[in-house]
Amino acid sequence: MTKSIVTPRGQKPNRISAGRIILYSVLVVAAVYYLLPLYVMVATSLKDLDQVREGNIFAIPLRASFDAWVKAWDTACTGLYCEGLKVGFWKSVQITVPSVLASIAIASVNGYALSYWRFRGSEVFFTILIIGSFIPYQVMLYPLVIITREMGIFGTLPGVIFIHSIFGMPILTLLFRNYFAALPVELFKAARVDGAGFWGIFFQIMLPMSIPILVVAVILQVTGIWNDFLFGVIFAGTKNWPMTVQLNNIVNTTQGVKEHNVNMAATILTGLVPLTIYFVSGRYFVRGIAAGAVKG
Amino acid sequence: MTTAKQRRWWHGLFRNLNAKIAAIPMIFATMVIFVGCSLWTILYSFTKSKLLPVKLFTPPVEFQFPISLFNRSEDGWFTWVGFAYQWNGFEKLIVTKNFVGLAQYDRLLDATRNARWADSVENILFYGVFSLTFSFTVGFILAALIDQKVRFENAFRSIYLYPFALSFVVTGVVWQWMLSPDGIQDAINQFGAWAHIGFLETLPFKLMASGDTVIFALLLAGLWQGTGFTMVLMLAGMRGIDGEIWKAARVDGIPKWKTYIFVVIPMMRGVFITTLVIAASGIVRLYDLVVVLTAGGPGFASEVPAKYVYDYMFARSNLGQALAASSMMLLTVVIILIPWMYLEYGRKKQR
Repeated sequence: MTKSIVTPRGQKPNRISAGRIILYSVLVVAAVYYLLPLYVMVATSLKDLDQVREGNIFAIPLRASFDAWVKAWDTACTGLYCEGLKVGFWKSVQITVPSVLASIAIASVNGYALSYWRFRGSEVFFTILIIGSFIPYQVMLYPLVIITREMGIFGTLPGVIFIHSIFGMPILTLLFRNYFAALPVELFKAARVDGAGFWGIFFQIMLPMSIPILVVAVILQVTGIWNDFLFGVIFAGTKNWPMTVQLNNIVNTTQGVKEHNVNMAATILTGLVPLTIYFVSGRYFVRGIAAGAVKG
Repeated sequence: MTTAKQRRWWHGLFRNLNAKIAAIPMIFATMVIFVGCSLWTILYSFTKSKLLPVKLFTPPVEFQFPISLFNRSEDGWFTWVGFAYQWNGFEKLIVTKNFVGLAQYDRLLDATRNARWADSVENILFYGVFSLTFSFTVGFILAALIDQKVRFENAFRSIYLYPFALSFVVTGVVWQWMLSPDGIQDAINQFGAWAHIGFLETLPFKLMASGDTVIFALLLAGLWQGTGFTMVLMLAGMRGIDGEIWKAARVDGIPKWKTYIFVVIPMMRGVFITTLVIAASGIVRLYDLVVVLTAGGPGFASEVPAKYVYDYMFARSNLGQALAASSMMLLTVVIILIPWMYLEYGRKKQR
């Protein structure tokens, strides 16, 4: 950008053509469409209830305050309790952190084994794993209820962590397998000659080299698990419902007046974690979501 | 001959043992979860299994004797679901008591008696076709525009993609508010009154109020959330194309839009197919958005298969019916996947 400021303006008169203007207007219009809900969310959450009742959702908040945010966090009612979103937030943290750690630990070792220590049938399992990621969750839902119940973890935090670890496996294994496969194989061979074994090579050579892909995996999993609704509702149990489920309960609760400013504040609070991750680490985020598509 | 083979097989079992230990979770996930659970679902879709939602969430008391299963408990019928390892009861369930053949599918697919499933399928088909067409077209156009060496490329791309980082729950809540009568409609009407434009004052824009338009509410929200993803994949595909193509097209005097349609699109076939498969299998399992945005309403106007399964499984305690419906979902995904795998396999063979 600094470069374009330095270059003289008269140099490229043909750059600002009619086509260029149309191009930028289309891009800007599209950007406005995409930003509008975010604006409505933020603006509504800052309004007081009187202004919300006046209508016109696009109006700028007149008496901006964070009261609705405080209420959404602390005292908003989910139908049964009036403890706000903070309960769901901490449950989401309790679900997300172990799920992310477990699924990445499993998938990184697995991807490493699949790229350097293939055994008979390993590729078959991997293929089934990738195909399995396309199976609708509904197909496996009830058997999983039975499995987790028999394990004694249905309706608990370990239960939902178990489920997330399983369903995170396909994409993460693919991610790590492709990453390790792209590393120079001489590295592995040299370590073998030096007498390092399976775990030695993994912990001393592969893991220190896989920081970028670990970041991608963490971002992918944190956003994915934080945004989950279905597994949380079924496997976590009513006491452990994550933030997304609580948000739905707050917004779609039938009792009382609809406080749209509180609802929107709750929505922002729920979206804040993935949004922050997204804006802080845009490039890694894109790499994560594209990983499944680029090499299927 | 057989002994030699057996010995070799046995010998190989412990070779590379660490890798096999590392692969245990994967083997468990593929064999037990993906294959096992799917087979279980298909198998039990041929039964008239029911369940009591209350019993489900607490360890059942009727755990001891298979015989008690078919007795009326104080809560109503409790059938023998999920105790497959007690082979005694399992056999009974399949062979005698509960096996009903294709009756569940019969009930499911009979459009006159079960309009809800027919509506669900119709809705998801409409949603799928419309949303794929739209997100592919818009995603491609946006990607092509961003590819024109625009300034602030990163800013534009971030703006188009950020909804994808948000959950369907958040998406649903925001759009529910915007599409309610107090939302965009009210803003338009107030603007009409302020600017004295008659028709704007009364312009109706409440997609969710009528069963005919509610699907567009789902589409509006779903596309807002997902188009950025398509765009990013298309952009990645475009960036992967050899830059020489552009020079060649320029030398030949072919206009840019023609190059995109006749050269770039055919070259991006792989990206299109992969995006299609990912997007389509995402559409089949569409659930969160519907629950949050419309709850399937008004009436059953925005029901989708995934919600049908969930409702019959957990709210209506009609497991057999739910499993038949989920088997149909599986079949749909298989139909989507097989041509893709065929193409992928064919391409790999060519190399």
